Amino acid sequence: MSQLTHRAPPLLKPLSAALSASRHLTSASTAPITVETSLPFTGHKIEPPSRSVETTPQELLTFFRDMALMRRMEIAADSLYKAKLIRGFCHLYDGQEAVSVGMEAAITRKDCIITAYRDHCLFLSRGGTLLESFAELMGRKDGCSKGKGGSMHFYKKSGGFYGGHGIVGAQVPLGCGLAFAQKYNKDETVTFAMYGDGAANQGQLFEALNMAALWDLPAILVCENNHYGMGTAEWRAAKSPAYYKRGDYVPGLKVDGMDVLAVKQACKFAKEHALKNGPIILEMDTYRYHGHSMSDPGSTYRTRDEISGVRQERDPIERIRKLILSHDIATEKELKETEKEVRKEVDEAIAKAKESPLPDSSELFTNIYVKGLGVESFGADRRELRAVLP
Amino acid sequence: MEHYPRVCVMGEDVGHYGGSYKVTKDLAKKFGDLRVLDTPIAENSFTGMAIGAAMTGIRPVVEGMNMGFLLLAFNQISDNCGMLHYTSGGQFTIPTVIRGPGGVGRQPGAEHSQMLEFYFQSIPGIQMVACSTPYNAKGLMKAAIRSENPVVLFELVLLYNLKERIPDEMRYHVMQAAKTLVNKGYDPEVIDIRSLKPFDLYTIGNSVKKTHRVLIVEECMRTGGIGASLTAAINENFRYYLDTPIVCLSSKDVPAPYAGTLEEWTVVQPPQIVTAVEQLCEL
Repeated sequence: MSQLTHRAPPLLKPLSAALSASRHLTSASTAPITVETSLPFTGHKIEPPSRSVETTPQELLTFFRDMALMRRMEIAADSLYKAKLIRGFCHLYDGQEAVSVGMEAAITRKDCIITAYRDHCLFLSRGGTLLESFAELMGRKDGCSKGKGGSMHFYKKSGGFYGGHGIVGAQVPLGCGLAFAQKYNKDETVTFAMYGDGAANQGQLFEALNMAALWDLPAILVCENNHYGMGTAEWRAAKSPAYYKRGDYVPGLKVDGMDVLAVKQACKFAKEHALKNGPIILEMDTYRYHGHSMSDPGSTYRTRDEISGVRQERDPIERIRKLILSHDIATEKELKETEKEVRKEVDEAIAKAKESPLPDSSELFTNIYVKGLGVESFGADRRELRAVLP
Repeated sequence: MEHYPRVCVMGEDVGHYGGSYKVTKDLAKKFGDLRVLDTPIAENSFTGMAIGAAMTGIRPVVEGMNMGFLLLAFNQISDNCGMLHYTSGGQFTIPTVIRGPGGVGRQPGAEHSQMLEFYFQSIPGIQMVACSTPYNAKGLMKAAIRSENPVVLFELVLLYNLKERIPDEMRYHVMQAAKTLVNKGYDPEVIDIRSLKPFDLYTIGNSVKKTHRVLIVEECMRTGGIGASLTAAINENFRYYLDTPIVCLSSKDVPAPYAGTLEEWTVVQPPQIVTAVEQLCEL
């Protein structure tokens, strides 16, 4: 159960703040509390898990901090985009943090996660640092992909995070490939292949699902249903928006994706299932506050009332805040302190990322082939000489 | 497959059936169903699966039953296979081999006779090789599996039935033409460029310096074919060594017809090669 908070590099946190936060986190008890999820789970061809989730005060505080960090990072990315430091496409995850934090809480780093382009927060939860994240967004050398990938191509091999893919739905067969490799190597780990409600209509998804079910691959397909495929509402794109049922012969579970404890419970359940019985579909009922990407205001196809309604009633961070306060795990003031700390961490990471240099022009030709082929030849596609021609 | 447990094969009917052209005959019996995987007819996703598995270190060999079917997996081959090493900043390598037969022969019709190297040639990050004899097919396959880069290996349908070391149709035509030319007193140097991406401009360059005249013969179509790319590459790099403009003989820009005679006419024939060389040398 590794969380971002423990991985935040010390140089990004000033000592006093670090002390106050860590004093709080380490002193928080690990005595189990049982909490009921907001909604019961709905199963398709499977008995859903129980609504009662075991957690600890320490875990709840970590959830709060992690989600606040992600929220802060996404909002900061918004400002950076408007300041033209981030260009191209930038898809923000705020509102959906519970999915990434809850999932991480249920699995290990040996399990694999692969997702589409809304990948900043998942990268963070898999061990990526804020510096790598912001540097990559700004196209700098210190980014996780050396500045060559951008917002849609975050990867963290050591953390089991396989990206970061631009083409809608293409990551699902890749995810099944990861699961295939896990089965091939007899790893006893699982893969979470994530996609959205828009991608759920892709043919390759069903092809991959068929193969995963045929060979009992340990693949968990997670549909992050934020109800809008860019500007198209789910009921306008799908005849059957019950995405957890779309697997037909593959069991499915519908989860309240704004409740981090429900997500954790579902992912734990899914992992056990996948290791024994093959694929399962999880539909996370979630919501994104921003538009599809930074070029989409997000208000032409949905009302502002809807957005603010969800923010008031279902916001994942607020839910954890209320839980923490009601269980007397921390005071209002302490939580605000955490948020301030997190804000500072993000600001420092941005400052450091801004100092990072742009990649060198030689980087244009690196990483195209592994080891640059080492052959005395080069293609018509580039004029760079690898060998002096006769 | 014996030496490297991570090498596996995936494709339609590669396992129990032994491969539609018997390339993978008996492999499933020897290595089991997981290592020689019979996939459903879902090129896009099983190619994607192979790439996903390759990201973790498995070395899959994907068989497209026909090169034309690989078009269905084009997105996976182009974006995920070719570009992942770059967009991940070098974190992931994709040591896959994607192979498939193509080309005319035995009148399979328009959709099953395509030579599709030219679609793949501009994908950055992949290596493309084409074999022309059973002998170099073995070498290229082994090299392709050992390569850390994704390799697309183009085979020819007609090659499969050959038991001896007789080369493929195009090479055969060229060698026939070369024999005729030698008999007529010319001195042709024939280069079988097995590496289509990147081009082996070193060998080609050496030859251009010697002969000063270039004729490219291929089974790709004229427009946008590999020959067109190669013409540009040679012109750019060896302009001052050429006495004449480069001539490129390719298949006609038409779908391969079914009728035997028509099919023959879409492809370059030895007399055409001989005439082209004679014309080049007169200039």
